[in-house]
Amino acid sequence: MGRVEGKVAFITGAARGQGRSHALRLAQEGADIIAVDVAEDIPSVTRFYPGATEADLAETVKQVEALDRRIIASKVDVRDYAALKNALDAGVAELGHVDIVSANAGIFLHSDKTHEVSDSDWDDVLDINLKGVWHTVKAAIPHLIAQGTGGSIVLTSSTAGIKGTPNVAPYTASKHGVVGLMKTLALELAEHNIRVNSIHPTGVATDMILNETTFKLFLPDQEHPTQEQAAPVFQSTNALPVPWVEPIDISNALLFLASDEARYVTGLELKVDAGYTTK
Amino acid sequence: MGRVTGKVAFITGAARGQGRSHAIRLAEEGADIIAVDLCGPVRNVPYPAATSDDLAETVKLVEALDRRVIATQVDTRDRAALKTAIDDGVAQLGKLDIVVANAGICIIGGWDQITPEVWQDTLDVNLTGTWNTVQLAAPHLIANGGGSIIMTSSAAGLKGLPFLTPYVASKFGVTGLGKAFAHELAEHHIRVNTLHPTGVETPMGSSEGTSAFGELLAAHPTLGGMLANSLPIETTQPVDQSNAVLFLASDEARYITALSMTVDAGNTQY
Repeated sequence: MGRVEGKVAFITGAARGQGRSHALRLAQEGADIIAVDVAEDIPSVTRFYPGATEADLAETVKQVEALDRRIIASKVDVRDYAALKNALDAGVAELGHVDIVSANAGIFLHSDKTHEVSDSDWDDVLDINLKGVWHTVKAAIPHLIAQGTGGSIVLTSSTAGIKGTPNVAPYTASKHGVVGLMKTLALELAEHNIRVNSIHPTGVATDMILNETTFKLFLPDQEHPTQEQAAPVFQSTNALPVPWVEPIDISNALLFLASDEARYVTGLELKVDAGYTTK
Repeated sequence: MGRVTGKVAFITGAARGQGRSHAIRLAEEGADIIAVDLCGPVRNVPYPAATSDDLAETVKLVEALDRRVIATQVDTRDRAALKTAIDDGVAQLGKLDIVVANAGICIIGGWDQITPEVWQDTLDVNLTGTWNTVQLAAPHLIANGGGSIIMTSSAAGLKGLPFLTPYVASKFGVTGLGKAFAHELAEHHIRVNTLHPTGVETPMGSSEGTSAFGELLAAHPTLGGMLANSLPIETTQPVDQSNAVLFLASDEARYITALSMTVDAGNTQY
């Protein structure tokens, strides 16, 4: 018996990275998946790292199906509420219900002083990381309430949702905003037995973090900093002697929150941060 | 394969309630157990004390799961006896991976009703006993190359719940102690997290344990909401706390440290 056997999970940003890992971990424990991803380049983002692709999303589908679970995947931008709602509604029609929501889609733009951030960068980050999360829960909550069986909503924030991060203003503001949304929803939805929690990863070994532009954020004086050079600087921000964590570590936290083991956990900022936020 | 198979856990206050539940849940998932409990009264505590029969029942329940358990009657305030129990348990079971500093007491009273005895006993058991537990057990975790420590604080370790001044002070102390230990022990790959339950259905959380709230809340009705949960439940079950302990104890949480892990039905959000 899997830890989320018979549940259905809606996951945004599921083409790769943490989102794909979440889909696989929940599927391993018995859940069916409704997956969405923008699955294309976003111009402001490709300055830093390449976007996920439709092939990435297809790979997530293949890997979930290899676990004998069902998955409905759609190419959707979380900024497009109508399309997001359609994708979820279609997934629920096919799979019967939705019990778990992982609002995971996000982008990371950085390395500008706050007063030098462009309007378009600010809007892209806030529209995807905060408004996109709101769209995700806005689409899902009516299903959860109507089902009458409770549910678990997990919003992906960040260590930057708790601490300030110099030269990363829009991302930091967006991830702090996610915490406010989580705490508000935890109170609003408690009467429906719907739990709402946030996850706060330190750096995770995904394309978003393991790239030269992010290494340069930590090593601004190096022209082409390498992962090997960046690792000790990343590590110095954590308490535990590790530079970053793996997607599976975040997925294990998500699995706990999604499962009935956490049936009375709500309003928690679950830090998977190797001690970053308290250091 | 259990989620903590092959690990050894040291649990204080293990005769009944949350401590027994932690022992059983960890044993179900493959851990052997070193259990201690005072098995006796602390003055002024309004609910019945755990007994040596209770501790024997924990032993029986763990053994029924085909796991080993070494149990000793020990007061966490008695450093010498506590150290002997830990060291003997580790010698017999081979190593130590998990520490659950769970032993505690709760005595309710308005701020002007708390006596110096109640203040001192609460701080001694809940805070000094927890410090004793972690400080005396940590060398075994270091020798083992890492480990996971879970310290039971409370919703009252994050929020100034009324009519519990010594309890709140002791549990805020545990919250701070957890973060300080987390940073000092991180270099040894030891994780330290605090658990923050709302009410739990145990002898401490029983009507005997909490009856003093009635009169106090009647006299100060504006404070009643502070004790309420957000989720529509009166209380949690011990297993809900144990599932969080299990998660934090397991390698699933290998990079989680210095976390205040609330299992509080939203009490601290309200």
